[in-house]
Amino acid sequence: MSKHPPQQESHSNIQLSYSSAFKSIVKREFSLAWQKPAQIIQPVVFFLIVVTLFPLGISPSPKTLQLIGPGVIWIAALLSIMLSVEGLFRQDFHEGHIEAWLLSTVPMPLIIIAKLLSAWVISCGMLIVFSPLLAMLMNIAPEVIPALMLSLLIGTPILLFIGAIGNALTVSLNQGGVLLSLIVLPLYIPVLIFATAMLEAASVNMSYVGQMSVLLSLLLLSFVMAPLAIGAALKNTVN
Amino acid sequence: MWKWLHPYAKAEVAYQLCYKLLPYFSWLSVITLAVGSVWGLAFAPADYQQGDSFRIIYFHVPTAILSMGAYTSMAICALIGMVWQIRNAELAVYAIAPVGAVYTFLALVTGAIWGKPMWGAWWVWDARLTSELILLFLYLGVIALYNAFEDRRTGARAASILAIVGVINVPIIHYSVEWWNTLHQGATITKFAKPSISTDMLWPLLLTIAGFMFVLAALTCLRLANQIILNDARRPWVKALVERELSSVSMSKASK
Repeated sequence: MSKHPPQQESHSNIQLSYSSAFKSIVKREFSLAWQKPAQIIQPVVFFLIVVTLFPLGISPSPKTLQLIGPGVIWIAALLSIMLSVEGLFRQDFHEGHIEAWLLSTVPMPLIIIAKLLSAWVISCGMLIVFSPLLAMLMNIAPEVIPALMLSLLIGTPILLFIGAIGNALTVSLNQGGVLLSLIVLPLYIPVLIFATAMLEAASVNMSYVGQMSVLLSLLLLSFVMAPLAIGAALKNTVN
Repeated sequence: MWKWLHPYAKAEVAYQLCYKLLPYFSWLSVITLAVGSVWGLAFAPADYQQGDSFRIIYFHVPTAILSMGAYTSMAICALIGMVWQIRNAELAVYAIAPVGAVYTFLALVTGAIWGKPMWGAWWVWDARLTSELILLFLYLGVIALYNAFEDRRTGARAASILAIVGVINVPIIHYSVEWWNTLHQGATITKFAKPSISTDMLWPLLLTIAGFMFVLAALTCLRLANQIILNDARRPWVKALVERELSSVSMSKASK
């Protein structure tokens, strides 16, 4: 009886179950982020600095700030995600993980979703946590703050998914940063429009369910489509 | 139909098809553009409100329609290239992209020239203008991505993926921007009801649309043929082709 178990064990290692693969990737991402906290802190600092520039550059008058506030916060979040997304698959590409993913029995979109969800918690979680502080800096009414956080909660994963497509396409290039922004920013426009429309409705005490539903549908669409596009793009970079 | 189409996956056959079609498209474009623009610019009646300045629609509307049509056909080529792994379709993506980008740019420029006397400004942040501008950015992204890679095949595939992602986004961008702001007049001929344009003005417009379509087709054929021959430069069929061309040149010299 004791002769067989080792063989069975190695067999079960090859047939990695989907849930354990998912868990191990999430665990790996979090331990990597924990080793390099800059990955968590830098996007937030960037977010704060960009928002600070606007009162200095335009006008510190409370009325102006209230008017431009939601848009400024959203543009800052958008740029911050675009920068943090640039290194998403870089290490995996240089260390050969992408080949390993392609050769494994686990489907590529599942691996990508695991990676993107953990990347979202790591790089966007803090943006959402700090957004009320920025809302106060921009003189946004307290009633609008829940809507702001909600819009960021729904909108940032869309930005991350679209940005990841851009990163997967440019990951093998040495200087993909500017190209990434050229590719990704036009695709960000609908999210920006619906998110700021949602905040505009919230600031005049109107129902923002409609805009929020559109954002949610964009989230579902990007959740379904983006992993497929990212998988195809990553496959293209390694062969 | 598949049996009839699949030979064109071969580079040599596709190259010959491009050169066979090129003169037809070129001549058709010359004729339709000449007739359409002379008719539209000189003989069509002036608009009762906009006077003669409406005549820019004979260039603005065709370029605007075809800027979107070219993007769609580029994305269809990209999809064919990705699904059936046909290299000629991937090359067609890059053959169409710069032409489409120029059309988009022309649509924006002619729109600005028309907008100055009509709206009093070169540029307004209107929905259609903005989505056309975003379309230009999408084109530039595809072109830049194609050129960024050392390996042409990788670049072509990356550009194809981006074109497909872009075409899913085009309607979303269009409707989001439309919802955001609208000043541009509504569509004139692409609606289901009776066209809200006089037939005297409509015919030259349709002619110029056809003309710009043939220009697009001709330029695409030319660019695709060049891409194919550039890609296969070291293949025997290209060598044979060049030798044939050279010998025919020397023959014609000898006969003189």
